[in-house]
Amino acid sequence: MIALQAMTPNAIAENFNTTRQSVSKHLRILTECKLVKQEQQGREIFYSLEIEKMKEIDKWLNQFRKIWEARFDQLDKVLSTIKKQKR
Amino acid sequence: MKSTLLFDFTVDKTAKAVFVDREFDADLSLVWDAFTKQEILDQWWAPKPWTSKTKFMNFKVGGRRFYAMVSPEGQEFWSIQEFTSISPTTNFKILSSFADKDENINTELPTSDWDLNFSEQNGTTKVSISIKHKALADLEKMIEMGFREGFTMTLNYLEDLLTTLSQRS
Repeated sequence: MIALQAMTPNAIAENFNTTRQSVSKHLRILTECKLVKQEQQGREIFYSLEIEKMKEIDKWLNQFRKIWEARFDQLDKVLSTIKKQKR
Repeated sequence: MKSTLLFDFTVDKTAKAVFVDREFDADLSLVWDAFTKQEILDQWWAPKPWTSKTKFMNFKVGGRRFYAMVSPEGQEFWSIQEFTSISPTTNFKILSSFADKDENINTELPTSDWDLNFSEQNGTTKVSISIKHKALADLEKMIEMGFREGFTMTLNYLEDLLTTLSQRS
């Protein structure tokens, strides 16, 4: 949601079965992690997603994915070798 | 080899878990062996150019696999996998920890709970692994410990994140 437009905690909470307090707590953690940014407009704080940061996380997770990919590609080879030996 | 073998990798941040599903073109008993016998495990567990070196593996409930991931430069990163549950040949569970070379668990580093499921259909064996962590930041540490030298990653942001998180707690 906040990838599309900046929103207030109240507006976000309305979309979920949750309280504004709970949303604010999540947003505070995400802000500390620099995944969302805050913007004060009058009395309200608007939150929006830091797309670039999110991409970095994706990139990082992709490395983890690659580890498993490489590992399993090797296992494919090992399995096919063992199968040949059995024949 | 079949070209359409499933590979699925998902991260559930709420559950602090990683889920890895993969199909193999081999029957169940062979895939089970590949995951539970150290001489086969060591052939594929470490992504090249890293190698896996299992010092011992006692595959029974309460038993351990004590092994190292060895960097291309020969640096060893030791881990202990304790087998917490075994149901041949469909499921086993692991408590995974980092250790020193003398088999002492490093309690400052994260542990994770692994649940591995095996099932066969028409000669294809599917392995479903879930790795659950106590904290999301543990995921990052796990990679850093195991593959520090082997993979070039931009971890700067995550280091910042870890600092932020540790300062809070």
